[in-house]
Amino acid sequence: MSVIKAENINKVYNEKTIPVHALNDVNIEIAKGEFTAIVGPSGCGKTTLLNILGGLDNPSSGKVIVGDTEITKLSDAELIDYRLKHIGFVFQAYNLIPVLTTMENVEFIMLLQKRPKVERDARAMQLLEEMGIGDKANQRPSQLSGGQQQRVAVARALASKPEFVLADEPTANLDSTSTSALLDIMAKMNEEEGATFVFSTHDQRVIDKARRVITLEDGKVISDERR
Amino acid sequence: MYFKLAWRNIWRNKRRSLITIGSITFAVLLACSMRSMQLGSYDRMVETAVRFYTGYIQIHKDGYWADQSIDNSFEYNQGVIDQVASANGVEEVVPRVESFALASFAQKTKGGMVVGIDPGKENALTEYQDKLIEGEDLLQSDQAALISEGLAKYLKIKVGDSLVLISQGYHGANAAAIYPIKGIMKFPSPAQNDGTIFIPIKEAQWFYAMEGRLTSLSLVIDEAKRTDQIVADISSKINNDDLEVMGWKDLLPDLVQSIEIDSISGQIMIWILYAVIGFGMFGTFLMMTAERMYEFGVMMSIGMKRIVMQFTVFLEMLMMSSMGVLVGIGISLPFLIYSYYHPIYFTGESAEAIEKFGVEAAYFFSLEPSLFYNQAWVIFVMALILGFYPLYVIWKLKPVKSMREAI
Repeated sequence: MSVIKAENINKVYNEKTIPVHALNDVNIEIAKGEFTAIVGPSGCGKTTLLNILGGLDNPSSGKVIVGDTEITKLSDAELIDYRLKHIGFVFQAYNLIPVLTTMENVEFIMLLQKRPKVERDARAMQLLEEMGIGDKANQRPSQLSGGQQQRVAVARALASKPEFVLADEPTANLDSTSTSALLDIMAKMNEEEGATFVFSTHDQRVIDKARRVITLEDGKVISDERR
Repeated sequence: MYFKLAWRNIWRNKRRSLITIGSITFAVLLACSMRSMQLGSYDRMVETAVRFYTGYIQIHKDGYWADQSIDNSFEYNQGVIDQVASANGVEEVVPRVESFALASFAQKTKGGMVVGIDPGKENALTEYQDKLIEGEDLLQSDQAALISEGLAKYLKIKVGDSLVLISQGYHGANAAAIYPIKGIMKFPSPAQNDGTIFIPIKEAQWFYAMEGRLTSLSLVIDEAKRTDQIVADISSKINNDDLEVMGWKDLLPDLVQSIEIDSISGQIMIWILYAVIGFGMFGTFLMMTAERMYEFGVMMSIGMKRIVMQFTVFLEMLMMSSMGVLVGIGISLPFLIYSYYHPIYFTGESAEAIEKFGVEAAYFFSLEPSLFYNQAWVIFVMALILGFYPLYVIWKLKPVKSMREAI
């Protein structure tokens, strides 16, 4: 069963001046529990596709259906709510809230979902433990290494038990040790929590770990390989 | 957690937040002090004028205030005095005979105001006994005078010397008398200090040939704020068309007007101060917004509603402004309390220069509560207005665009 379905997605920047076609008629389906990497050279449209799948950006044409909801028809406020309830994001630059502790950063999404404090605390702590950074719960992001911060970001993305996690170049700023640790954790979460992961990456280590690799070039899907 | 988030965000850039809070504190301190000094001086001016010239409320013959002549005096009526004294809020009814006379001693002559007083009652209004710096108080039966220090100095007259008074009495009668000086009073207001003579009321009635008549009844009341209400109450009580009851604002329209004009100039200064602080606050809000565009984008990406983000940012601004206001009030309060009880008196040449304008050479302070809460609401409203900018930015924010542009 597909979780996300993108049909005939086109994205054109600067339509009125010098049009740049970031995505050209992209059609993809992501099924539940997949561990998918979207790969390709810089500027091929990976981040744009991820943003559109996550409801952060609108396609110029085409539609994105998540479950039975066509998110490309949702209003701005509905999209925010949709992201809160259905998607976890992991960004290249971690993007944790610097003034909150590790624990509070993970709790934050659940706070936005108005979950009770007891549940928030338990879930945040459980995730941090699973990420191997339970002892860093009361530290601020600036006191953590890049790898540790990205693990917090993954914990935050998973905290709300989203239907899928979109990760934009999650290992771009990490050294090899941190990268493999993070990939192991994400693979574990994929198996244990059943979380669907979609990465954009050009990191070979991530590509090697993925069970499905979609390759983009000049905004077009040129291959879709399942392993 | 939103409060925690807002609070911690304030301290992300400690130096900038401290400068902003400091500037608000300074503005509040300055505004409170300036306004306190203004209001304190106005209160003092009113108090001085009311307590010497008019009383908070005055009853006199209809038309007397427009033509202040003893020909417009009225007959003493114990019934009226009893009625007035029984009115709610009236603490003392002070009978007076007031007119002008030429005062002479040796080769010197100067015009002065002769006030016929009932010593016991008059003290409740003018507290003149506290102003006696030489000699003794008058008794009702005395045939003597108290003279103000400035006039005594001009005439070079001392306690025990004889003062000659010449004037025109009731309906054109000649008025002339000699009174020994029993005491010398020092009044704070130069106008009063340079030309006041007190004699017992019976002597004044005799001097001006107006036995059994008064020029006014001045009233001491419990609260100046209740003046209008008490005026209305007394007017209906005495129900006498020949007598007029006036409150101090009607008695002293020039003073009220000059205070209003001066107050406006003071308020303009304060608003200029607020404008300067406002620009400072706006600069902070502007930077705070610009440097966090990426973060706002991320927060919106992960599902933070615009309204929640706006609430958090607004809380930050409100907390920062409130801290500035509270610290400002906290610092100004002890300073103003001290200054209220210890007015700043000028001495030497600066005092003389100020007194030439007919005002007391001192800064008085007020502790009117509105001084403080006015600052709080002005800064609050200012934060609210300036806060529209970040709130608007968040309202218009596109997560992808803000994250892309901020990199």
